Amino acid sequence: MSAARKTVLLAIGTKKGLWLATSTDRETWTLSDPLFLMEEIPSVGIDTRGGTTRLFAGRMSWHFGPCIAHSDDLGTTWTEPQEGSIRFAPEDGAALERVWQIQPDAENRPGVVWAGCQPISVWKSTDHGETFELNRGLWDHPHRSEWGAGFGGAAAHTVLPSPTDETLHVAMSTGGVYRSDDGGASWRPRNKGISAYFMPDPDPEFGQCVHKLARDAVDPDRLFAQNHHGVYATTDRGDSWQSIADGLPADFGFVMLSHPHRSGTAWVIPLKADGERIPPDGHLAVHRTDDGGATWQASDAGLPRGEYNAVLRDAACVDDDAVAGVYFGTRGGSVYASADEGRTFREVASHLPDVLSVRAAVVPA
Amino acid sequence: METLPGAAAGDVTVLIPTLLRPYVEGRTEVGLTVPEDGDVAALLDRLGEGRPLLEQRIREETGALRRYVNIYVDGEDVRRLDGLATPVPPGVTVMIIQSVAGG
Repeated sequence: MSAARKTVLLAIGTKKGLWLATSTDRETWTLSDPLFLMEEIPSVGIDTRGGTTRLFAGRMSWHFGPCIAHSDDLGTTWTEPQEGSIRFAPEDGAALERVWQIQPDAENRPGVVWAGCQPISVWKSTDHGETFELNRGLWDHPHRSEWGAGFGGAAAHTVLPSPTDETLHVAMSTGGVYRSDDGGASWRPRNKGISAYFMPDPDPEFGQCVHKLARDAVDPDRLFAQNHHGVYATTDRGDSWQSIADGLPADFGFVMLSHPHRSGTAWVIPLKADGERIPPDGHLAVHRTDDGGATWQASDAGLPRGEYNAVLRDAACVDDDAVAGVYFGTRGGSVYASADEGRTFREVASHLPDVLSVRAAVVPA
Repeated sequence: METLPGAAAGDVTVLIPTLLRPYVEGRTEVGLTVPEDGDVAALLDRLGEGRPLLEQRIREETGALRRYVNIYVDGEDVRRLDGLATPVPPGVTVMIIQSVAGG
């Protein structure tokens, strides 16, 4: 790591609880006991802005419903606002089903945290994630009735605020990419060039099943997308998308990561689809581009041979270190960490429940 | 049995499942005073007074009973009766229990 004696916190949300792993070198990890046992944790978030660390867990009990809890002491104690963080109003006629995404905004918007949820909705907090307000622009969008549900449910699973202006990108399954140029007041579909092969018209204005988006760290107009078949990039904020799948062993997958500091670097974890949805031939590998998707390099050092579990969309992340750490977990409950930008991996944990979400950050030791 | 203050007419015992007891100060049951013409919805309203997190665990924002939460009035599943409009007269025992969902 670039900084002396810092701790990396890795939050691992699974189908049956939350685990926290810590490391001072990103090679040797200490794993906590499980938290929120028997609750799904489809989303985790770590907000390190302003020199403090707030850890979020999007919890979902099949019996008692969803909620967001947060911790300001690295997971020792947790708080759930008494009135709930995310609640539809009675006139909305809807109930929160699951929190898919907890996304702190940019450094220059302290206190702002975004959430993407099921049913398809985006929520904004201006009080550090204590309470969230429904984004009416997207909720009242005329396309709403035509958005569909992916296998995991109908959700806004990705919310990406631009650090430089009022641009927001949202990705939903199914519906595709929507962009707001006015901080969320209005939204337009931005899917030109992204295929929806599963629809009668494979090039609709919206309806695509975009699995994950990632924004370039340096050029906010450049984004990367892992689609339900298809890997794409845009350099014009999503006005048009171009395929960058050449060189990958498969164009299906759920994961898309971008480097926290360097332009043009991204990672995917391909799965063979639609018939199998496993790493191609059981060969689990992380594929990296350093040139915006023109070429890809596979890395499997430290990963098992013969891996037949998928890696879900939020079960992968990067940390914010100068030499980025790359992390992911499988539906088989294995979690891997790379301290060298995805060239080599070490196992952090194994035999956990299905890994649904991971997030990592450098935190005060 | 602890009885919460309320208007009239008799007591109802509400049995609380283990996972929800943290929201009722660890108790296994809560006694509520209910009106003669009360129903399950009104009972839950009373139970949730001052306990918004408990309310959120039992009912959605829409007011609907969560899919995998079951409520029995004297042993009868309210979903087989009148749902949240099922009468809760004084003297009955109401059981809140999670269903067998979950893998």
